[in-house]
Amino acid sequence: MFTQLLQLTANGLLLGAIYALNAMGLTLIFGVMEIINFAHGEFLMLAMYGAFFLNVWMGMGPYVAIVVVVPLFFVLGVAFQRLMIQPLLDSQEIAQIFATVGLSIVLSNGALFFFSADYQMVRTDYSLESLDLFGVYLGYTRIFAFAAVCMVALGLYLFMKRTYMGRAIRATAQDRRAAALMGVNVRRVYMITTGLGLACVGITGSVLSPIFSVFPSVGTQFGLIAFVVVVLGGMGNLAGAFFGGLIIGLVEAYSGFFLDPALKTVVYFVVFILILLVKPSGLFGSTVRENG
Amino acid sequence: MLEVSSLEVCYGDLVALSGLNLHVEQGRIVALLGSNGVGKTTLINTICGLFKPTKGSIVYQGTHLEREPAHRVVELGVVQVPEGRKLFPQMTVLENLQMGAYPPRARELAEESLDFVFGLLPRLKERTNQIAGTLSGGEQQMVALGRGLMARPRLLILDEPSLGLAPLVVQTIFETVRQVKETGITVLLVEQNVRQVLSFCDRAFVLENGCITLGGQGLELLDNPHVREAYLGM
Ligand SMILES: Nc1ncnc2c1ncn2[C@@H]1O[C@H](COP(=O)(O)OP(=O)(O)O)[C@@H](O)[C@H]1O
Ligand SMILES: [Mg+2]
Repeated sequence: MFTQLLQLTANGLLLGAIYALNAMGLTLIFGVMEIINFAHGEFLMLAMYGAFFLNVWMGMGPYVAIVVVVPLFFVLGVAFQRLMIQPLLDSQEIAQIFATVGLSIVLSNGALFFFSADYQMVRTDYSLESLDLFGVYLGYTRIFAFAAVCMVALGLYLFMKRTYMGRAIRATAQDRRAAALMGVNVRRVYMITTGLGLACVGITGSVLSPIFSVFPSVGTQFGLIAFVVVVLGGMGNLAGAFFGGLIIGLVEAYSGFFLDPALKTVVYFVVFILILLVKPSGLFGSTVRENG
Repeated sequence: MLEVSSLEVCYGDLVALSGLNLHVEQGRIVALLGSNGVGKTTLINTICGLFKPTKGSIVYQGTHLEREPAHRVVELGVVQVPEGRKLFPQMTVLENLQMGAYPPRARELAEESLDFVFGLLPRLKERTNQIAGTLSGGEQQMVALGRGLMARPRLLILDEPSLGLAPLVVQTIFETVRQVKETGITVLLVEQNVRQVLSFCDRAFVLENGCITLGGQGLELLDNPHVREAYLGM
């Protein structure tokens, strides 16, 4: 029983780390621009397809694919900000929602048209192998994903704390006008932030590609989890998203075992509603635009 | 150093400033006085590139500022310490100061500037790792002033730095402003604290009904009957 609990906990944390990184991309964009990107899950779907096709066409492993997918997604994020978010920043929320929801529909239907509805997955030699740690089995692909996430989270933390650009991003989130008075080019910060947000999505999609099948509507589920995590961690709070992701991973692992894996979505929604009822600002507070 | 001519600024249909002329000479402390809501903040935000004027020009050392975005104005050396401090509340004092040194020109000199600021405002040195939002009003104003200095201004614009502060703290702030001027930085000081400011500024202008109605040397204006009646209650 004890080993089983350990196994569940390990499963939850390894899975949760992936949720964490995905949610960090979403919360970063919200924290700085106060815009909710409803196409977040669909961008993740694109990243998974990216890693998949790099594997099929060029024989690239999912971790090598990161090197290609991440710069591509950074540029995609910059373009997305410039062409879609920036013109909407001063519009009403309803327009912002329609625009990103519309984009999500275009992306998932485009994927259906171009990539078909088939489930596809990156296969590696080590996909089915696990590390045996005193009776607790940890799949290699999940260990690699976990390691990648922790490295990126740490990197992002140091970037936000130590660099001029990182501080400028936090400053812009806290007071955009004051940041402009410090010489910050706010539009440029917005583009870089969105680029970084989508770069997180690019990494998530790559490390997810040997773990989870990709299909055109895969983004719906991951998008939903990202929203739950972001609300749990406090909207705009990077550290909150990280720990929120781990918590949701654990919740999923435990509820799958003690209740029923099929109830997973129900459990997310119950968690979601509970947070909104009990502590709408999230576990770590949304006012903490600390991004650290 | 700064020449504002026939400036007009509107908020939609509301004309906030019109036909405004202002001249700031290098190396001076120039005060801009006026009651609440006459457009002082509007004027300096327009100088700093946050608003675009509908008419007129703002020329700073030969460059037209009215065409520049806010971040460019800072790079040119015109730095504002905004009304109400506008610190980054969740950042530490040190991080706020570092944000001041954001412009590339200031970044290279950041360490030196930090020593300068700590020398001028020693209180900040004891508070480096405190979160800015938890400081007292006076300390916050010192951080705001220090943050402005970190940008290596040639023209420093202060918007009501004494607002809401205890008299003793106000004295410290004004004393610091005088020391700043001694280092060769030109100061444009926006204030409602008329009596005190007139006693130490080099020149002063009075803003009324959207334009400058009166200008002169500080001590001179202190004897002006209109100033005495309208701003000093005598
Ligand atoms: N963002 C704004 N939109 C509309 N009107 C404004 C805005 N900001 C200031 N005003 C108006 O412009 C006038 C001048 O304001 P302000 O420049 O803040 O005055 P001061 O700084 O001298 O107190 C006031 O009547 C104020 O109500
Ligand atoms: Mg004002």
